[in-house]
Amino acid sequence: MFTLLLYHLRYQGILVGTHEWLTFLKGVRLGIASDVDSLYQLGRTVLCKSESDFDAYDQGFVEAFEGVEFANVLFEEMLHKELQKWLENPKYTDDDLVEPDIPIDKLMEELQKRLEEQEKRHDGGHRWVGTGGRSPFGHSGRASHGIRVGGESKNRSAISVAGERKWQAYRKDTALNTRDLQVVLKQLRQLTPTGEWALDIESTIRRTVDNGGEIELDFQREKKNRLHLVLLLDSGGSMEPHARMVEQFFTAFSESKGFKSFQSWHFHNVPYGRFFSEQKTESIVDLLSEWTVHHRVVWVGDACMAPYEMFSPTYHSNMRGIDWIQRVVEKCPKSIWLNPETPRFWNHPTIEGVSRVVDMYPLTLEGLSEGIQQLR
Amino acid sequence: MQRFTGTQDYIADDALLADVNAAIVLEKPLLVRGEPGTGKTMLAESIAKALNKRLIRWHVKSTTKAQEGLYTYDVVQRLNDSRFGGGDVGNISHYIKMGPLGEAFSSTEQVIVLIDEIDKADIEFPNDLLRELDEMAFYIPETNKTVSAIKRPIVLITSNAEKELPDAFLRRCLFHYIEFPSPERMRQIVNAHHPDLDIELLQVAMDTFYRLRQVDGLRKAPSSSELLDWLSVLVRMGASVEDVRTKMPLLSALIKREQDVALIKQLRARRRF
Repeated sequence: MFTLLLYHLRYQGILVGTHEWLTFLKGVRLGIASDVDSLYQLGRTVLCKSESDFDAYDQGFVEAFEGVEFANVLFEEMLHKELQKWLENPKYTDDDLVEPDIPIDKLMEELQKRLEEQEKRHDGGHRWVGTGGRSPFGHSGRASHGIRVGGESKNRSAISVAGERKWQAYRKDTALNTRDLQVVLKQLRQLTPTGEWALDIESTIRRTVDNGGEIELDFQREKKNRLHLVLLLDSGGSMEPHARMVEQFFTAFSESKGFKSFQSWHFHNVPYGRFFSEQKTESIVDLLSEWTVHHRVVWVGDACMAPYEMFSPTYHSNMRGIDWIQRVVEKCPKSIWLNPETPRFWNHPTIEGVSRVVDMYPLTLEGLSEGIQQLR
Repeated sequence: MQRFTGTQDYIADDALLADVNAAIVLEKPLLVRGEPGTGKTMLAESIAKALNKRLIRWHVKSTTKAQEGLYTYDVVQRLNDSRFGGGDVGNISHYIKMGPLGEAFSSTEQVIVLIDEIDKADIEFPNDLLRELDEMAFYIPETNKTVSAIKRPIVLITSNAEKELPDAFLRRCLFHYIEFPSPERMRQIVNAHHPDLDIELLQVAMDTFYRLRQVDGLRKAPSSSELLDWLSVLVRMGASVEDVRTKMPLLSALIKREQDVALIKQLRARRRF
């Protein structure tokens, strides 16, 4: 039962290591977990590393212990017995890794069945869906596990609380904030010694002392990031729904310290010879003459437009929109495109056209982390 | 084994109590995370008070090095003494000063160490402390001595999640996330700080506060310490319940960002808030 929890958690994506697992078992042995609630709490504090793990933990916990009868006295014995067994032979075999069957499905099925059988409101008792009582369905009841149907939870057993999935909003794969983005951006560093040699006072003092008081000087050069960051933002109308998210990315990028320079420019749907900023308009050719291979270019846009906008030359130039993108990428090959649209919808002709020229990633934390690897 | 049950002016929920006690029993550092203003730092003070132990604080800054927590070797003083006389230059240990962790390890009584805002420091900082926190010991090459904990201290670490902490470090810690207090708990917290507050005033202020936190598009939602500040000001200026309900005076104590102030103003003009 215990080892089952370990594998359910790993199955949910919480990479519980041996170190933490042993700590958890030690906690059980020392009597910290005397009932389901404290077992749940102990497991969470030891095995989770971030509040973003809590939702997965809740699900793993429910799956591991759903349907287990927790008679109070037996429970502690059971823990000790299993622990003993595990300690006698503390290694895992492939047999332990069997796919867990998910009793919650069965529970849902049963709920459906009982709802069909039941015709009127029901309070108390141990079978029907209603309030109070010991049926695993309904609310305010005292069944040690089951599905809460509406109402406020009263006797909150760990399983029902865990089942509520109140930590869902903290999951990493859905939440996005500027700080997380900046942490990812920090990976984009190429430190090179630049500038003047300067006296390293700390080291000079230490060396002098080691040298018995005879002055020994130590010079160092300061290390600086040599990468420049360029953000190119689509400000076309179809980007309107994604404004909040784009703004967060913009904030993260512009507040990111440690780049040699940062600049951002706008374009509408696809660039035609010029980039815009709030103050001025600049020709792409001029900008490109300043940019070098040390410029990292991040495009943000949905790349979704009428195909002629991208693939037809305009009346005053024979360059097409896609050619301008191509030109930027040729000058700064370390370029990525972040798209706020979900990858499911990327089979549009202009999106496919762009992604042939520059690698496209979703405009999410994960997308940026993947894209950053490309830029390093 | 002493157990932590909270103190009069620090209201902790069951989960937090359980995690603190687990950390004490398992002798592991407890990493506490949560929104600013949820009382992470105060927790350490409260544990120290409840268990009647000395609290040693280590406030981490962006320039803090792990080494400073263990000990520093005042070479300049020693050089000065050797050139200009004074002090016992031959005795290096004379120039070794213990940092917060060093002090905790050398204490003959169990103490509580608070490593506050560990994420402020350099990304590598937590890694540099791994071995020391694991073994509760470190080696001083200058004097060829090992300092090991006489009584393993209770270690509390707080983080605002400004930087991700390294996995190896996280593996060695227990983790607790302080949730934002529910209205019920918030009432207890406020009570602990303002015991004589008018019940109706508190109710109106709390309503405003929680409604503010719900406003969509707010850059920074107000935290509990800001609510406490606001209440203090309201009490001091003698605001009436009716005033607070209709005029919401001194909202600047709750909302600090320019865009947020503008947003609320806009909503209030349209009677949406």
